[in-house]
Amino acid sequence: MTAIQPPSARIWWNEPVAKPELIWVTVAFLWGLVMFFTMIWWHGAGKQNLSNEAYRITPEMFMARTEEMIGKYKSGMDEASGMPIVRPPSGSDIYLVGRMWQWYPILELEKDQSYRLHISSLDILHGFSLQPTNINLQIHPGYEMVLTATPDQAGQFAIVCNEFCGIGHHAMVGRVIVK
Amino acid sequence: MAQQFPHRVCPATGLKIDLRAEKLIKVNAVAAVVFLAIGGLFGLGVALTRWPAIHLLPADWFYLALTAHGLDVLLVWVIFFEMAVLYFASAVLLNSRLATPNWAWAAFWLMLIGALITNVAVLQGQSTVMFTSYVPMKAAPHFYLGIILFAVGALIGCFVFLGTLVVAREEKTYQGSIPLVTFGAMTAALIAIFTIASGAIILIPTMLWSAGIISHIDSLMYRTVWWAMGHSSQQINVSAHVAIWYAVAAVLLGAKPLSEKVCRTGFVLYILFLQLASAHHLLADPGLSSEWKVFNTSYAMYLAVLGSMIHGMTVPGSIETAQRRRGYNNGLFEWLRKAPWDNPAFSGVFLSLIIFGFLGGISGVVVGTEQLNLIMHNTMYVPGHFHATVVGGTTLAFMAITYLLIPLIFQRQLILKKWAQWQPYLFGLGVVGLSLFQMGAGTLGVPRRHWDMTLADAALKHEFPGAAYMMMGLNGISAIIATIGGIMFIVVVVGSILKGAPVAAAPAKKEAAPAPVGAAIGQYGSEAHVAIPGTLVFVGVFFVSFVLYYFVNWKYLSEVWPLR
Repeated sequence: MTAIQPPSARIWWNEPVAKPELIWVTVAFLWGLVMFFTMIWWHGAGKQNLSNEAYRITPEMFMARTEEMIGKYKSGMDEASGMPIVRPPSGSDIYLVGRMWQWYPILELEKDQSYRLHISSLDILHGFSLQPTNINLQIHPGYEMVLTATPDQAGQFAIVCNEFCGIGHHAMVGRVIVK
Repeated sequence: MAQQFPHRVCPATGLKIDLRAEKLIKVNAVAAVVFLAIGGLFGLGVALTRWPAIHLLPADWFYLALTAHGLDVLLVWVIFFEMAVLYFASAVLLNSRLATPNWAWAAFWLMLIGALITNVAVLQGQSTVMFTSYVPMKAAPHFYLGIILFAVGALIGCFVFLGTLVVAREEKTYQGSIPLVTFGAMTAALIAIFTIASGAIILIPTMLWSAGIISHIDSLMYRTVWWAMGHSSQQINVSAHVAIWYAVAAVLLGAKPLSEKVCRTGFVLYILFLQLASAHHLLADPGLSSEWKVFNTSYAMYLAVLGSMIHGMTVPGSIETAQRRRGYNNGLFEWLRKAPWDNPAFSGVFLSLIIFGFLGGISGVVVGTEQLNLIMHNTMYVPGHFHATVVGGTTLAFMAITYLLIPLIFQRQLILKKWAQWQPYLFGLGVVGLSLFQMGAGTLGVPRRHWDMTLADAALKHEFPGAAYMMMGLNGISAIIATIGGIMFIVVVVGSILKGAPVAAAPAKKEAAPAPVGAAIGQYGSEAHVAIPGTLVFVGVFFVSFVLYYFVNWKYLSEVWPLR
């Protein structure tokens, strides 16, 4: 019987299965297991994993911590954007604010040093997209994402917003400088 | 005892066709095609704006067009068409009357009114929030209301379908179990009920929030529950278009499922595991644990992917078997070479199978892998993936079966047969281009949902690589090709419905059952088994591509900044 007619045997679940199908189902199932355990294995063996560390936080509180960091580590001012540049010591807690339509402030980091990076949004959803290395994160208001990042390339990086956040979305670009 | 109901007898199959079901299939399919046309044109505007050399629309219109594009094709076109598929797979294939046709009409009107309300809300300009309408970005209350009405209508349609299964069984309109295609449609209906429930859970409070009655909606909760609707609704599509693959192969070639057990198990895996896919969208979000992400994003150890890989073998396998029975038995691939490639229903389905499997399926697993998502989340890679699944897979399959529905349900012959013949190839080519170039741009970091990749208005500059500009240009050209293919489809369909010569009560073209030929035949399951070496090569190539591409992406991931 074809696929648009009732099957010839009403009890279709008792049929024996032919060899080629059995082989393919087995291969596909095992491949699924390989992919599943690769994700788990990478948590131990791989260097690129998102931490599970996140906190609820109010925008005011997050902004206050960011300003506190800027007060401590400010190293200059970017003329074009009028944004403060901060140079925090390695290993420190650094804060990045996403808001319409800025990534604030400009971060100056040292190559091969680790930083505890805190990111949150003050208003709506934003997308953190570090270019050209291409690391992409979803940034929520009210949630503080914390991850330990170790820039291993020197240069000038851009943070492009890749979650639609209103009419100024395409002008929302931030800066990370790695020396 | 079967009730009397107004019907005609299909000359091709001898099935009774409930005239009320037939009319409902027609109106739902026509509404679907209208929204495909509208949504497709918005899509062209989006692609031509993202082509940096053209940059067609101003920013506000671009974001508005992108919102409308997503809604009209990702939601309205596919769900309307799926209603037609549900009524066809129940009343027509089961030789039964449709349960509660008045409720089915209520469903249709609710869906139509809902779709119109939401479109009006978007065009008014106060609801440019994208298809996903992530809070706390706010749309007008009637934006959400329209989607809710649409969803309620679709829910009613699902229950009419399930009711028809009960009626057909009670009235013994068929013998034994329901056909495989109906089983696939039932899978789609069950997933649809889950999907719509999720949609109601999140969109009703969001509408109240938009109207000022509720003070706060959590953005992470919104994304989690919204995607239980947003991604699951694409799983309705998968179930429906896989059912259509089987249906078209059965109608055109008399293809039989290799093993009913294996094919149906594939659908059961969909029912059990596809709904976990909300996690695919949350892999780069804060506040969810890795354990949760790994389990859900893999559909519980890739069991739903297993379902798709099963269909990826059994559909071409059933075609190969049918063709070999007809005597196309030379070598590995004579069965494929001698397939009816000039029939748009066949070519559409086969291209849909290839594009969905090779481009959509593989890229979907890769982008949905917990850590790999880091290098793709919200880049153009994501639309690249889902244009392969929803446009290349679902839309092309729906177009293909439309070429069968026109003679069978609308009882018209196709006009412009040459156009129809070329249409799936042109549309398929456009979609392959869209998908590949979008994915390519995504791996170079180009953001999705973005008006200006030159970032000219930003105070801090960034220059994307030249290759990314080229990709977005080629994406625009692909969109033009796909649009031409889409317009050809709409001209052929609308023209045939309005102007096509009526199908005379054509003598049922019953081909004499071809004598079994060639390979040794043993009775396996429901199908006397013919060897399927061509299909084994086909899935072998697929498997190797899958494994290579998967590990290449881990290599890419290992090159970005260490994060923990």
